[in-house]
Amino acid sequence: MGAYNTIAFKPEHCDGCNACMTACATAKAGSADILNSRIQIVADGDSFELAMCRQCGDPKCVANCPAAALAKDAGDGVIAWDGSKCVNCLLCTVGCAFGGIVYNAAAGHVVKCDSCGGDPACVKACDRGALNYLTTANIYNEVGDLEDLFVPGLAGCQGCNTELIMRHALRRIGPDTVLATPPGCIPGMGSVGYNGLTGTKVPVFHPLLTNTASMLTGVKRHYKRQGREVNAVALAGDGGASDVGFQSLSGAAERGEQILFICVDNEGYMNTGMQRSSCTPFGAWTSTTPVGERGHGKTQDAKNMPLLMMMHNCEYVATASTAFMEDLYDKLDKAIAASKRGFAYLHIYSPCTTGWRFPSQENIEVARKAVETNFVMLWEFNPRDGLRLSRPLDDALPIDAYLEVLGKYRHLEPEQVAHIEGTVKKNAGFIRSLAEGRHPAMAQAVSGRA
Amino acid sequence: MQQTQYLIIGASHAALSALQAIRMQDAEGSITLVTRDDALPYSPTVLPYVVSGRSAPERVALKDGVWFEQNKVGFIRGAAVTAVDAAAKRAKLSSGEEIAYAKLLLATGAAPILPPIHGLKDVRFHVLRTLDDAVGLHRALPQTKQAVVLGAGLVGMHAAENLAKAGAQVTVVEMQPRVLAGYFDAEASAIIEAAFAAKGIKLMLGAKVSRCETAGKAVRVTTDSGATLDADLLLVAAGVAPVTDYLAGSNVAIDRGILVDDSMRSSVDGIWAAGDVAQAKGFYNGEKTLNGILPSAVEQGRIAGMAMAGDPALKPWPGGVPLNTYTFFGQQAVSVGSQDEGEVVRKEADAKHYLKIVMQDNRLAGIFGINAPFDPGVMWEIILRRIDLSSVREAFIKDPQKTARTIMSKTWR
Ligand SMILES: Cc1cc2nc3c(=O)[nH]c(=O)nc-3n(C[C@H](O)[C@H](O)[C@H](O)COP(=O)(O)OP(=O)(O)OC[C@H]3O[C@@H](n4cnc5c(N)ncnc54)[C@H](O)[C@@H]3O)c2cc1C
Ligand code: SF4
Ligand code: SF4
Repeated sequence: MGAYNTIAFKPEHCDGCNACMTACATAKAGSADILNSRIQIVADGDSFELAMCRQCGDPKCVANCPAAALAKDAGDGVIAWDGSKCVNCLLCTVGCAFGGIVYNAAAGHVVKCDSCGGDPACVKACDRGALNYLTTANIYNEVGDLEDLFVPGLAGCQGCNTELIMRHALRRIGPDTVLATPPGCIPGMGSVGYNGLTGTKVPVFHPLLTNTASMLTGVKRHYKRQGREVNAVALAGDGGASDVGFQSLSGAAERGEQILFICVDNEGYMNTGMQRSSCTPFGAWTSTTPVGERGHGKTQDAKNMPLLMMMHNCEYVATASTAFMEDLYDKLDKAIAASKRGFAYLHIYSPCTTGWRFPSQENIEVARKAVETNFVMLWEFNPRDGLRLSRPLDDALPIDAYLEVLGKYRHLEPEQVAHIEGTVKKNAGFIRSLAEGRHPAMAQAVSGRA
Repeated sequence: MQQTQYLIIGASHAALSALQAIRMQDAEGSITLVTRDDALPYSPTVLPYVVSGRSAPERVALKDGVWFEQNKVGFIRGAAVTAVDAAAKRAKLSSGEEIAYAKLLLATGAAPILPPIHGLKDVRFHVLRTLDDAVGLHRALPQTKQAVVLGAGLVGMHAAENLAKAGAQVTVVEMQPRVLAGYFDAEASAIIEAAFAAKGIKLMLGAKVSRCETAGKAVRVTTDSGATLDADLLLVAAGVAPVTDYLAGSNVAIDRGILVDDSMRSSVDGIWAAGDVAQAKGFYNGEKTLNGILPSAVEQGRIAGMAMAGDPALKPWPGGVPLNTYTFFGQQAVSVGSQDEGEVVRKEADAKHYLKIVMQDNRLAGIFGINAPFDPGVMWEIILRRIDLSSVREAFIKDPQKTARTIMSKTWR
């Protein structure tokens, strides 16, 4: 069974204008009477609640139908009603605990939402942002059909999203790839392999931390000379990218080598015992920035790797988060395309359950909070259009919403929190000014390589 | 001898729901489904529409061969289980074949009761529980001018309506003083009775049939008041009883149905029961009762399947709630919950509309309507969760549908 698109409701944006219900009733019953709407917004004081079909995975309406008139469409996941089989017994309305299927007097039979064949009228009518049609599922289905180029059974920590990043990225990049995985969690969980067998179904090598981008340069140029088009891809950690690997990375970016460099940023050297890297943020506990009588975590701010890469005027630079997969995939596609023309750098944030100390089931939520608080910002850059925000920076959640879910910040003093808050504000202001083209660096970056 | 991990007897709602629950947890374990009907799985509830011709018999199948194949289920049809040897874990089929099982689900449902009426056995009559019954009734329709239906429960009322629509002159004889006594009170029943009367259906309530005999081509029915009715079609719809005959000597404890605990386990290890055949806890007083309705069969089947497959997400049976939806001549009657567990907080009835709400200690006990809009499934959940309505009591009484939807959206959306 695949994943399906869905209509999502954000009650906090709803003001009860009823535009969705009017649109639905018009589309489905040819009348503006909201009684006929398949989506029902119910006012509860000042807030709004929702009754509509969830297109359940294990639909009780279907189980309760004696006439086989309801069935889940394996293609789009919609629970479809067949009027030629329905006997009007209403047992489906007993089975459904969501008010998703109801008897409609005007129609003379039960009615329910059918997602308008993938183009829901209610969503189009909502200009408040309360209804969204989420199509993320398409990505999973599409990528699910591509070959997984890693072997099964990689040994990542429980709840780590790096495996998700690796597998999905390589599926999308495809089999004509030479992969470099410098020391870090990615080879650590088995991608380079064991006992003479690789952990991937594409050629993979294990460069030094220092020379990943140089070796890939050589590999790519070698194949080019032979007339073969291959993707030269690095899956590196933040340590390998931002510390000792930076020199070769910077050189390759400056030369415009046709490489896709993916930095999976878990803010430290996590597989070797959780040491700090230059990407470790201020205040964070690591085993080399301990917390005790004198130590209070890291005393320096993190190096802003993606911005540094942007200043190389690469063909493409972007930041991404596994909490925003549509965005991540969009950027992955652009990065793959850009790497055929020049250097592409993709920086993906990867919360580390082990090193950051949070429950293993919370990974995606942590990733989401990081973005929602502006602790990390999602944007993309190319030399023609400059930097563009992928998500507005306004309405950020207070920084506590992010810090309080992580064990590595549990010791923070109020001054440290204030410092982090200040850094986040400053970074957001900086990125915003770049996005608006106000910052001189942007003009310079855009005109950098003429 | 055939061996199977899961043996399910029956192929209707309880059985299919169990099967799906098993497959959610155990993708590979072998499953065998046996039914005595020589047909693809269907629901007894659809049969009145097969009688009327609205549903073609070949279009009522709940599952087909492709589905069985996809779910890796062995489907044996047209074979009744005649005996269960619980010690040896084997079931015997009418074909003579034996099947060894590790886990057994009894989902054999119920069958019509024949009331002890003098002469009934010697006259031609119909019942309605199987597809064959329905097809037989459908074939008899064109020749039917006078029909007599014994019993004004759901089966009898559905059949009476459809017989009338097919052009027959129909009389319903019922011992109780009103129709559908199990689900509606006198006022609600009166609305339904009036609709039937308006269509020319004769309802003889509070009447008992004392004798049946063949009179020429017709069957002559005599009531205890001495009235006689001649029918060219007699339908006996005087209730049902669980099908348990094949369990003789199996040690499975049976009262009125198979006694089960809150995970649908019978008294014998490795044997579960669900649906109309099972006697499980009632919601209101916790006593084990029969609650022969489709939604209960679906839920019990699911619980049994989860228990059999060891699904850790299993939640115990919360207790049976009387529920029904009944459509008659284009009108909708819905009954959710108990009439008599609490106080009536709202009641209104006129010719085409009826609504009654019963609460106990600010919790919903039951809600009953005719042509009144509310979501039965949402109400059922509110009853099961024993949601405290004190803060929204007035709103609930005034607009139950909207208030219940709000509660749903806030509580389990
Ligand atoms: C005419 C009619 C109308 C109804 N209307 C409604 C309604 O409106 N609402 C409602 O809630 N309920 C209604 N019901 C009741 C509803 O159909 C039952 O509650 C429901 O079907 C119970 O499902 P079940 O799986 O427990 O058993 P059943 O549906 O009775 O199925 C039993 C299965 O077991 C098989 N079987 C029995 N004995 C054996 C054996 N020895 N060996 C092998 N197989 C065997 C049968 O072939 C069948 O497949 C109606 C019933 C009828 C007859
Ligand atoms: S109608 Fe109700 S039960 Fe059916 S799929 Fe929709 S929400 Fe689920
Ligand atoms: S009203 Fe129609 S769709 Fe709903 S359960 Fe009855 S037959 Fe099925």
